[in-house]
Amino acid sequence: MTTVFRAYSQSDALRSDRSARDRLRHRQKVRKAIRDNVADIVAEESIIGRSRDRIVKVPIRGIREYRFVYGQNTPGVGTGQGDSEPGQTVGQAPQGDGGPGHAGGRPGMDYYETEITLEELIEIMLEDLELPDMERKRFREVLSERTSKRKGFRRVGVRVHMDKRRTAKSRIRRRLASDKATGDNEAKHRFPFHRDDMRYHRLREDLRPQSNAVVFCIMDTSGSMDTLKKYLARSFFFLLYQFVRSRYANVDVVFIAHHTKAREVTEEEFFHKGESGGTFISSGYSKALEVIQNRYHPSLWNIYAFHCSDGDNFDSDNAATLKAAEELCQVCNLFGYGEIKPRPSGFYEGTMLDLFRNVRVDNFQSVLIQRKEDIWPSFRQLLSRESESSQYDK
Amino acid sequence: MASHWTIEDLKYWDDKIREKADEFGLSCFPQEFEICDHTQMLGYMAYSGMPAHYPHWSYGKAYEKLQTLYEHGMSGLPYEMVINSNPALAYLVRENSLCLQILTIAHVYGHNDFFKNNFTFRDTQPELTLSNFKLRADRVRDYIEDPSIGLHKTERLLDAAHALSLQCCRNQAIRKLSADEQKEQVVAAAHPAHDPYQGLHKQREYVEPDLNRFPLFPEEDILLFIRDNNLYLADWERDLLTIVHEQARYFIPQIETKIMNEGWASYWHHKIMNSIDLPQDLYLEFLVHHNQVVRPHPGDINPYYLGFKLWHDISRRYQEIFSEKEGGSKLQREGHEKIFQVREVDRDTSFLRRFLTEELMREMDMFEYQPKGEDLVISKVSDEEHWHEIKTTLLKNVGMGGIPVIRIEDADYGRNRQLYLKHDHDGRDLQTEYAEKTLTYLYQLWGRSVWLETRINDRRVCLGYGEDGFVQKTLGRFR
Repeated sequence: MTTVFRAYSQSDALRSDRSARDRLRHRQKVRKAIRDNVADIVAEESIIGRSRDRIVKVPIRGIREYRFVYGQNTPGVGTGQGDSEPGQTVGQAPQGDGGPGHAGGRPGMDYYETEITLEELIEIMLEDLELPDMERKRFREVLSERTSKRKGFRRVGVRVHMDKRRTAKSRIRRRLASDKATGDNEAKHRFPFHRDDMRYHRLREDLRPQSNAVVFCIMDTSGSMDTLKKYLARSFFFLLYQFVRSRYANVDVVFIAHHTKAREVTEEEFFHKGESGGTFISSGYSKALEVIQNRYHPSLWNIYAFHCSDGDNFDSDNAATLKAAEELCQVCNLFGYGEIKPRPSGFYEGTMLDLFRNVRVDNFQSVLIQRKEDIWPSFRQLLSRESESSQYDK
Repeated sequence: MASHWTIEDLKYWDDKIREKADEFGLSCFPQEFEICDHTQMLGYMAYSGMPAHYPHWSYGKAYEKLQTLYEHGMSGLPYEMVINSNPALAYLVRENSLCLQILTIAHVYGHNDFFKNNFTFRDTQPELTLSNFKLRADRVRDYIEDPSIGLHKTERLLDAAHALSLQCCRNQAIRKLSADEQKEQVVAAAHPAHDPYQGLHKQREYVEPDLNRFPLFPEEDILLFIRDNNLYLADWERDLLTIVHEQARYFIPQIETKIMNEGWASYWHHKIMNSIDLPQDLYLEFLVHHNQVVRPHPGDINPYYLGFKLWHDISRRYQEIFSEKEGGSKLQREGHEKIFQVREVDRDTSFLRRFLTEELMREMDMFEYQPKGEDLVISKVSDEEHWHEIKTTLLKNVGMGGIPVIRIEDADYGRNRQLYLKHDHDGRDLQTEYAEKTLTYLYQLWGRSVWLETRINDRRVCLGYGEDGFVQKTLGRFR
């Protein structure tokens, strides 16, 4: 009896991606788990304003393999280095939310979080929405000079456009010609590139119709908007912005903060600066209308405006607010109002929802957000109106 | 990467190793080695080493996890992977150095001998291992491709079956009683035994045995029980349960003998490598690798380390016992014979119970730890007072000791075909979230409400899952 040795075979190795299908299936499950938990993830993550290539850690449940395992009160045994004393810490206990941990014979720790890029996360989120087609303002398409096309070659240009292959060829061509001319066949001498050898791509600007969109994020920054409310608003804006962004090549964002007066602010200021004082919601709307007037003409831009507030408005301003809201509806593709009222703030505070019930146009939608868990459903609700109205359009 | 060895080199050293293995008395299946690259090795690891294995997403998950750990340098590849089959099959990673290959080959013969001779492997049918796995894989693939079943249904059933696969009879040496035999036993037990001192004892009364109970004896083989008693299962579902059960049964002996087996292979590669006249440079490299394999993992149990220590200790101690009695040249053999006997008749629990001594535990600085808040904190160290308790804790955790014992008590609970199970509580509570999820799988397979009696924080509780979802009832304080 002799031992058999089977040599390494390349072809086996090529065939041997045996786990491909199971890996794919596993990844599908991970993706599904993420999608199922997207509301939590959105509420947890502070993702707005981050680079889209950023890796985010997403906690997922659901791809664990469950079986009967022992829980917390299970002691284990280990070996030490001769200096073990009672009371010493030897490691980390398995996390409180469960999971089999330390002792032998049990299934190993499952990973509780997976890493994906923000881009992919957003894609997963939006995939779930059965998104309405937003680009319905065909007449608002504008020509944008976004792309360029290669067309032919030329002898001058900038370095990044150089065609190396053609340049090298023309040098060889010149060299052969010069060898023939001088009768020198040694071919040993240096023959550097000459300016005449250089070939560059000629680029032509390609004008394509593009739809442009602008998102107006309008937020109440009055004293009553505390950290939690702002946090909820911020998550909400993030989703809206990502959604609009996924639909247009060109998206501008305008941030408008208001209390009794409104002003256009940077993203940083918008999300982080608190102010004090009372509230005139109409001021925010007027500011938005003003900016639209100046920079985003409705015939050229698809306009989306969203406003978040806790609903606390001076009564004297309500009439003006209603009027401004109606005006906004006329110029916007969609105007949304999100009322942020964390429990248990109670309903003795003011609410704008009653007032906005009077706005009877298709492209207006108002939602109530009480907890972070509401963000995702509210967002969906908002967009469902959008899809309804787009059907209505047809 | 070009390897610095050829198949001829391996054959050369294999001859030497085999010669030594024979001389030492190892009795092995014929051996086959396959050279593979690291990707293939990761694949084999994810699929328990099997060349053919049915598909399931959990293996994809295993692969990705292994690959991630490997790519981030968190863990290396194992030097080898051996399958309990006849002929035994082992993989060698081609990137490894000659020294590692030789070490691995020597190590593999240790496993091979263990698989062939340890009693727990007696019923694993090693001749059929590879073909059985292949046939099962084909069956599962057929179901996946069957348009009336398909991937999702198959997967759903496998998910549930996997969750319960290790809830089965641990000691395969115990034969299962047939229904009639069970009945006989119950009837026999009901009759009072013959008592030669009838005059002294109070006569035990005859109690009519309840033969309508089902099962008559608590049943540990959950998958098989469901397969045989849930009449609403389709044939393909029954078949999948059989497949999962059979594979679990195949692997249980390996779970039960991890420490012995790894220790045995390490013991023999160490002995063999020391006896085959390795050139100096190979020998030094070998020592480095060897020490890496059998080094203690602080705060944890490294089965290679523990097993290696124990086998050496047994061999040494038995040599000494006999050297006192007889004295002389035969002695070497006594310790030797002892370990061969032990490798045949023990499994990890009995092995440690019999041979893990207080001295050894102190030498290895063994301690018991308990979770305390976020940390694991040492609760006891191996001193005179506590070594025995630590040993008991260790015995509870090795082999299948890590899997809670849960038995089916009643399959007609509430006269409604609900399933009532009982957890044999030994001081360790179940992890509730996992228990809940596993009960949903059980419910899926059984089709009616399922109940599990256990103890949580010293309270008797009953966890249930049925149409209305999950319920938890407190049955009262324990004791």
